[in-house]
Amino acid sequence: MVRYETVIGLEVHVELKTETKIFCPSSTVFGGGPNTHVCPVCLGLPGVLPVMNKKVLEYAVRVSLALNCKIAEYSKFDRKNYYYPDLPKNYQISQYDLPLAEHGHLDIHVDGRVKRVGITRVHMEEDAGKLVHQGTIATTPYSLVDYNRTGVPLVEIVSDPELRSPEEARAYLEKLLAIIQYTGVSDCKMEEGSLRCDANVSVRPEGGAELGTKTEIKNMNSFKALQRALRYEAERQIRVLEEGGRIVQETRTWDEARGVTLSMRSKEQAHDYRYLPDPDLAPMVIHKSWVDEIKASLPELPDRRRDRYIRDLGISGYDASVITSTREMADYFEECLASHPNAKAVANWIMGDLSRLLNAENMEISRCRISPPQLAAMLRLIDGGTISGKIAKVVFEEMFSSGKDPEVIVREKGLVQITDEGAISAAVERALAENPKVVQDFRDGKDKALGFLVGQVMRLTRGKANPEMVNRLIRDRIKSEDEG
Amino acid sequence: MELHYMSAGEMRRMMEDREISAGEICRAFLDRIEKLDKKTGAFITVTGELALNQAGAVDKLIASGEKIPPLAGIPVAVKDNLCTEGIRTTCASKMLRNFIPPYSATVIERIVGRGMVMVGKTNMDEFAMGSSTENSGLFPVSNPWDTDLVPGGSSGGSAVAVATGQAVTALGSDTGGSIRQPASLCGVVGMKPTYGLVSRYGLVAYASSLDQVGPLARNVADCAEMLKAIAGHDHRDSTSAPGERDDYSVFLNRDIKGLKIGVPREYMGEGIDPGVRSVIEGALKVLDSLGAEIEETSLPHSRYAVPAYYLIATAEASSNLARYDGVSYGYRADDAEDVVDMYMKSRSRGFGAEVKRRIMLGTYALSAGYYDAYYLKALKVRTLIKQDFDRAFEKYDVLVSPTSPSTAFRKGEKVDDPLQMYLSDITTISVNLAGIPGISVPAGFSGGLPVGMQIMGRPFGEGTLLRVAHAFEMSTDHHVKMPEI
Repeated sequence: MVRYETVIGLEVHVELKTETKIFCPSSTVFGGGPNTHVCPVCLGLPGVLPVMNKKVLEYAVRVSLALNCKIAEYSKFDRKNYYYPDLPKNYQISQYDLPLAEHGHLDIHVDGRVKRVGITRVHMEEDAGKLVHQGTIATTPYSLVDYNRTGVPLVEIVSDPELRSPEEARAYLEKLLAIIQYTGVSDCKMEEGSLRCDANVSVRPEGGAELGTKTEIKNMNSFKALQRALRYEAERQIRVLEEGGRIVQETRTWDEARGVTLSMRSKEQAHDYRYLPDPDLAPMVIHKSWVDEIKASLPELPDRRRDRYIRDLGISGYDASVITSTREMADYFEECLASHPNAKAVANWIMGDLSRLLNAENMEISRCRISPPQLAAMLRLIDGGTISGKIAKVVFEEMFSSGKDPEVIVREKGLVQITDEGAISAAVERALAENPKVVQDFRDGKDKALGFLVGQVMRLTRGKANPEMVNRLIRDRIKSEDEG
Repeated sequence: MELHYMSAGEMRRMMEDREISAGEICRAFLDRIEKLDKKTGAFITVTGELALNQAGAVDKLIASGEKIPPLAGIPVAVKDNLCTEGIRTTCASKMLRNFIPPYSATVIERIVGRGMVMVGKTNMDEFAMGSSTENSGLFPVSNPWDTDLVPGGSSGGSAVAVATGQAVTALGSDTGGSIRQPASLCGVVGMKPTYGLVSRYGLVAYASSLDQVGPLARNVADCAEMLKAIAGHDHRDSTSAPGERDDYSVFLNRDIKGLKIGVPREYMGEGIDPGVRSVIEGALKVLDSLGAEIEETSLPHSRYAVPAYYLIATAEASSNLARYDGVSYGYRADDAEDVVDMYMKSRSRGFGAEVKRRIMLGTYALSAGYYDAYYLKALKVRTLIKQDFDRAFEKYDVLVSPTSPSTAFRKGEKVDDPLQMYLSDITTISVNLAGIPGISVPAGFSGGLPVGMQIMGRPFGEGTLLRVAHAFEMSTDHHVKMPEI
């Protein structure tokens, strides 16, 4: 039986968060009433001309450098001609044969090994508008057009066809998103459409040299959708081949609800985009000194940060990967360390309780009400014995919902740990007296019994007793009884 | 002299001396338009109310004792492919018959800002595609020297408006000769500036890398003044040249002794009407008598200019005109089944035959598999043509040729033979491909019809063109003769 190998290349569109559009002064802010962020230029009215927003070039160079690309010294814009109602000029200003950047790469971590994935090219282009249908596109009696998004700057990042599984594709997209977020030029929000991904998929007998016929998959709106769609499409292609069929080169759309890819148009129906250099825009000459300036201003990127955390802070590779997966989280982590240098403890709290609470509220860490100094302060309270680890969880939840300082919460709620031996002893006495059978179990060597007794003491002290002291006092008390 | 044939300079003096007001001038021109408009077909929209308001503002300025800008109060006609805020801008196309732009072209802002009085929007070949103004999608224009003849095109309405005293000056656009050729056929002055000298912002694009806005006038001095008004860098046009512009009026009244003039033999030989050739030979004698040194020269790649032009211009046009789809403005077929049907019906009915022909030509030239053979090859030819001019200008200050191979031809004569029509731009097209400036000045008559002489110069050498044109005009009286209509 033939074993098949899946070959995937991704084309990712990322909106750059400049204040104004790529070729006109209209705002790029997401949302707003329909057709409120528009001007004659982005509406493509007769007689208007595009003027390049230099910030877009700077941001695109930033992304390209972060992806280890070679920046072109000479680049130009071309017109991609096709008719669609969301495209007011019926051509998109894009880049064809002289893209801004080429020959880059990024590294992904899959199954404990590192794989380098090539980036074919990065180019700039303008976004199209949005069609609003009444119901589905197939049955709508008419559609409305919102041009707010028209002319929002995009970079398109094309990978080499080097991804070999849906998992690698997902890891690539996650890494790409992290890197771009680090550079600060895009929000990369898939749900708002500021990051969009298409995939070219083919299969071939394992180890084959030639690529199989590919299909292009569109409309994958989440990481999960990407993975599911690619899995489905690879399996579909293998099935077709095993049944003796041939793969048709075509564009297919992912139907999330049905979990299948559906044919949109075949190669015969494919557009001839009739690219031509845009005569309204002068070619760009990009000076090396300017590129070097941008390079110098790049932040430490996720891989470098991850390696530094493993090397200098001694946290695990897994922890370091999670912490550095977004720049916000890594920055938060480092700000915590500035006032509480126990990396392992800080990492545990961020990856554990904090992530859980953020996920439950679908909140980003940048909007978290617990500031890094507050988290550090709480860790100091634990280390200093003021609160137990268990109480800390209660304090932490309160901090998360109210934003109050941990010291204030501990004081207001009377959560200070009981370290007075007399007070704990009294509770121990009572717990032992109430549970003679368990005490006997302990004497018989059942270790679980100790845990139960500790729990009882904690209950009696409403969780505030120092757990280590409780442990010690129970053992001492039973031991002294035995000896006495 | 009748008011409507006076120069801008004379009118300005009369306004300053309070012999006449801007309002009176404006009313006189509106009356003239009223009288001639039907006969000439020069205007698509007459903007009488706006004109009177603008003239009133100039009169207030004069009354307050302020010094007025050189062209203040001067009636100007504007080709209907220049966007005017609140005033419909049709490009003489059914597609844009009811299109009212929400903004004005930079050149409109500049002339209005200098107090010029806009009397109307002029007729043209649809989307500036044509050489006779017969392609107007609205109604035809007649040559004032003989109404059975075409006025040339595509800026036929602007040329006729100036030639008949319905405006003192006009704005046109020139992609392959569309200012110079109608100026020649109607007996007025018309200039295509260097590409990038004048902003294209608000000029409805035909072929972006060739289009340029320029002036038409009845004399060289008025032409220079108009050029001064419209030239300048514009941050809204990336192809606009940076830096300050010359003061073009200082180039007037200078002699041309020792100036080197080349006459490309390709523009004087086959295909040039003998009557036209003999007028130009006469004009060269005048220039010679003024002290210029005249020599024959060659632009060897000239024969490829027309084919290269019709690949580059149509390729750009096929993309530029894609936006007229009936979605958010312009003509929309109301009986469409779906969006594709709407595109097809709207564009089939909204565009005229010549526009559709050029869109198809350009679409073909850019299609997969043909790009290298047609479009790319044409770009290479364009480079060769530019090099021809560069070489010529190493030796000569200006080049001189007929503006058009013939005088005005009969309406309908070339309508069914597009190639013959395209060849009427044979001497003007290279100038657009090379991006250099060219001016057409009245050089005499052949068979009672005006003949224009084209003077071509180095990039941004408009001053020298105006100097030669003015010296010639001072020694001749061709420009004084006006059609009887």
